[in-house]
Amino acid sequence: MTTDLLPALTAHVTATAHTSPRTCRCTTATLAVREDATVVRHAGTVAKAHAPGADPAELTLRLAVATRLPGVLLPPLAPAPAELRGRLVTHWPYGTPVDPGDPDTAPWEAAATLLARLHRTPVPTAVPPMRGPAKAAHAVALLRTAAPHHPATAPVLHAWAVLPPWARGEVPLPDTATALCHGDFHLGQLIRHPEHTGPWLLIDVDDLGTGAPAWDLARPAAWYACGLLAPDEWHRFLTAYRVSGGPAVPSDGDPWTALDVPARALTVQTAARAVTKAVAAGRSLDEVEQSLVDACARMGSVRPATPSG
Amino acid sequence: MQCPKCRAPMHTYNRNGVQIEQCSGCRGIFLDYGELESLTRLEAQWSQPAPPAPPAPQAYPAAPAPAWGAPHGHHGHHGHKSFGRMLFSS
Repeated sequence: MTTDLLPALTAHVTATAHTSPRTCRCTTATLAVREDATVVRHAGTVAKAHAPGADPAELTLRLAVATRLPGVLLPPLAPAPAELRGRLVTHWPYGTPVDPGDPDTAPWEAAATLLARLHRTPVPTAVPPMRGPAKAAHAVALLRTAAPHHPATAPVLHAWAVLPPWARGEVPLPDTATALCHGDFHLGQLIRHPEHTGPWLLIDVDDLGTGAPAWDLARPAAWYACGLLAPDEWHRFLTAYRVSGGPAVPSDGDPWTALDVPARALTVQTAARAVTKAVAAGRSLDEVEQSLVDACARMGSVRPATPSG
Repeated sequence: MQCPKCRAPMHTYNRNGVQIEQCSGCRGIFLDYGELESLTRLEAQWSQPAPPAPPAPQAYPAAPAPAWGAPHGHHGHHGHKSFGRMLFSS
């Protein structure tokens, strides 16, 4: 299906980008081809084919949230997904991403401010649960089947086993503990719109929904805890989040009472993905990947913080 | 040479390019013609305001970290390709 999808999606985005049919000389670019998404740009329009099996009703609710929160989330061009070759397709204006070649310029403060604003938004009644814990569970399930005998698998699975059920996606959090969350925050989820000069906005609503807001801080928190993200960048991110009134962590003092469980879960998820990929490629873990596995090994002997965040 | 004061032998030392003789007995110092001026010039150079000290590494109030975190002082892998990719992926 994927082999058919890319040319079909390219034709689709070209037709969508122009209001009247005509031949044009605009360039088309493939922005991403992954198992869970194919993203193509034509001129100022981006079309995204979502993961096979994505739920149209849930995706429509998530698009509605993005439409209602301009200034935080990039609003879609159309309120509902189209269908193409059995895949749901959504349409977005093009924006400038963070330069992957220059992560030192990453807009940590802007990202934290956007997340704080998202978390402070009153939760719309009709919005599905945030998919963060489900994604972590999926990564762990893949690890079990893909690398049952890899030496890193046991410590990763043990770190997963000591997490509370809500963090493993087994039970929902009580509504009182939830906020509107992005669900999959990383530096690839930020763009400037309009291009180059516009404000930073969050993109990708696939995992958006209600859940523990600390989950959205947990990836940078995990990178910091594993010794990968420099303390000043973590400090900038956390401080900007607090200054913007983000509710995921206490306004001062130790943030790890709230961050501990989600940061463990994201460390496990990232380690599980890394081991699965390394096994598929027939290579050993690199230094960065090993630092995630080492952190999982240390988690086994320290119980998680009790507040559910 | 011998010390003109206590007659003990004098040893020659080089101090920043200036030859000085110091007595091994009374520690007195003998300067040749022009050597006092050379030392004065050197002293003037040394007493000029020192260039500002390089800023100390930025200090953060001991940022809390979880007990399972990496051992202290092991931070920052921005140059690492693998972490660069990780920053941008799910």
